[in-house]
Amino acid sequence: MSEPGRSSLLPLHTKGLTLDYDGARYINAIDLTLQTEKLTVVMGPNGAGKSLLLRLLHGLIPPTMGQVCWNNIPMSDAIRQRQAMVFQRPVLLRRSVAANIDFVLGIKGEAKRDRRDEILDNVGLLDFARQPARSLSVGEQQRLALARALATEPEVLFLDEPTASLDPASVLAIEQIVTRAHQNGTRIIFVTHELGQARRLADEVVFLHRGQLTEHSSASTFFNDPTSEAAKAYLEGRILL
Amino acid sequence: MQDFTQAFVLAFELVFSGDADLIEIIVLSLRVSLTAMVVACVLGLPLGAILAITRFPGRGPALVVLNALMGLPPVVVGLIVYLHLSRAGPMGSFGLLYTPTAMIIAQVILIMPIIAALSRQVLEDLNNEYAEQFRSLSVPRHAAIQALIWDARFSLMTVALAGFGRAIAEVGAVIIVGGNIDHLTRVMTTAIALETSKGDLPLALALGLVLLTIAFAVNAAVMSLRLTTGRYANV
Repeated sequence: MSEPGRSSLLPLHTKGLTLDYDGARYINAIDLTLQTEKLTVVMGPNGAGKSLLLRLLHGLIPPTMGQVCWNNIPMSDAIRQRQAMVFQRPVLLRRSVAANIDFVLGIKGEAKRDRRDEILDNVGLLDFARQPARSLSVGEQQRLALARALATEPEVLFLDEPTASLDPASVLAIEQIVTRAHQNGTRIIFVTHELGQARRLADEVVFLHRGQLTEHSSASTFFNDPTSEAAKAYLEGRILL
Repeated sequence: MQDFTQAFVLAFELVFSGDADLIEIIVLSLRVSLTAMVVACVLGLPLGAILAITRFPGRGPALVVLNALMGLPPVVVGLIVYLHLSRAGPMGSFGLLYTPTAMIIAQVILIMPIIAALSRQVLEDLNNEYAEQFRSLSVPRHAAIQALIWDARFSLMTVALAGFGRAIAEVGAVIIVGGNIDHLTRVMTTAIALETSKGDLPLALALGLVLLTIAFAVNAAVMSLRLTTGRYANV
C-alpha cells in the first residue's frame, strides 16, 4: 500500500537485534530480512519472544542492542506512522463502534461517515455501529480492532496472536480480513502458535525459540523439512524447554 | 435530643416557607462552590492528564508535592489569599477581598490539587491500558489527552464531585477571605459557624441539614447521570 512517489518500507533488515530486561535476555541477536509481498508468520512456543520481536519491529520498545531498518532507514516515528498493529487483547476506546473508527480517521483528517461505514461494512460490523464497542463479543471486538488498524491504511500490519481464544467462526472471519488486506498489498507479519492457522496463512515462517531465531524459511520448507531441532520438536508436538 | 427535633422542624419550616435569607445563602453557596469546581476542573484536569502521560525529570517530586497539597489546611489557604488580596497585598488594587470572587479563588486553590491528583491517578490507569495502542496508531499527544479525558469522563465526574464536596463543606478559607458578610458573602458553612457561636444551635443544625441535603442531592444526580450514560458507554 505504498503511496505513489513514496518509497516502500520493505525490505526489513534487523542486525543483532537484542532485548535485555532486568538482567535477562529476551531477544538474542536476531538477524532477519523480510522481503516484500509475502505473508510472514512468526511462530514459537510460549515465551519464545514472538510478541517482543513484533514490538521491536514496530518500534514500540527500543532494542538494547542492534537495529531495525526499513528499506535501509532506521526505525522512526515517521516509519511507525506507516504501520499498524493489532494486539492479542483488543484495546478499544470506551465509546461506540463507529466512534472507534472515527477516532483514527480524525487523526488522519479523514473523518467522513461514508468512509467509516465502508470500513465497518468490510469487517461485517456496520449493523453494530451505534453499539458500545466494549459490549461486542471478543471476536467482534478483535474484528473492530483490525478494522481500526486497517483504517490507517498501513503498509505493514503486525498482528500479535489476534485469534487467541476465539471460536472457529471468529478465527475464520479474522483470517479472511487479513488475507484480503494482504491481497490488497498490505505486508502482514502475523504471530501465532496455532499450526493449522500458520499452514493456512503463511508464505514464510520465522521460528523463534528462547529469544533466538532458529529458522526462517518458506512455509512449505518449514512444515515439510524443518532444519532446526527446536522447529522439528515443535511441529511434532514435543514439549520445548 | 430536643435540639435535633427543633432543628428538623426549623429546617422544614425554613425550606418550605421559602425563607428569602436562606435561599440567598444556598444560592451563594452553590454559586461559589460550583464555580470553584468548574475553574478547578478546567485547570486541574489537563494538569492531571499531563502528569499522567508525560515523563520528565522531577515528575516524582512533583507528584509528591501535588498529593501533599490535597491536604492543604483551609485556614492557611485563606490567610495566603487574604494577604494577596488585602489592600497592602500584590492584588489589593483589584478590591476583591470580602467578595464572592475571593471565596472562589480560595476554594479553587483548595480543590485544584485534589482534582489534579485524583484525575492523574484515574488517567494514568487508563493510559496504561491505551498507551501502547496510541503509540502504535501514532496518536498526537493532545489527541491522546482529549481521548483519555473523554473516555474517563465518568470516573472524572466522581473526581469533580470530590472537589465540590470539599468546597461546599469548607469554612476556614471562605470565612477569612469572605468575611461572612450578610447578603454579600454569607454561605452555608459560615452561617452555621456564626449561629453556633451565637448559641442558636437549632438554626445552626437546620442549616447543617439543608447543607447535607444539597450535598446528597448533587451526588445522587451525578450518580444517576453516571449510571444512565455509563450503561451506554459500557464502562
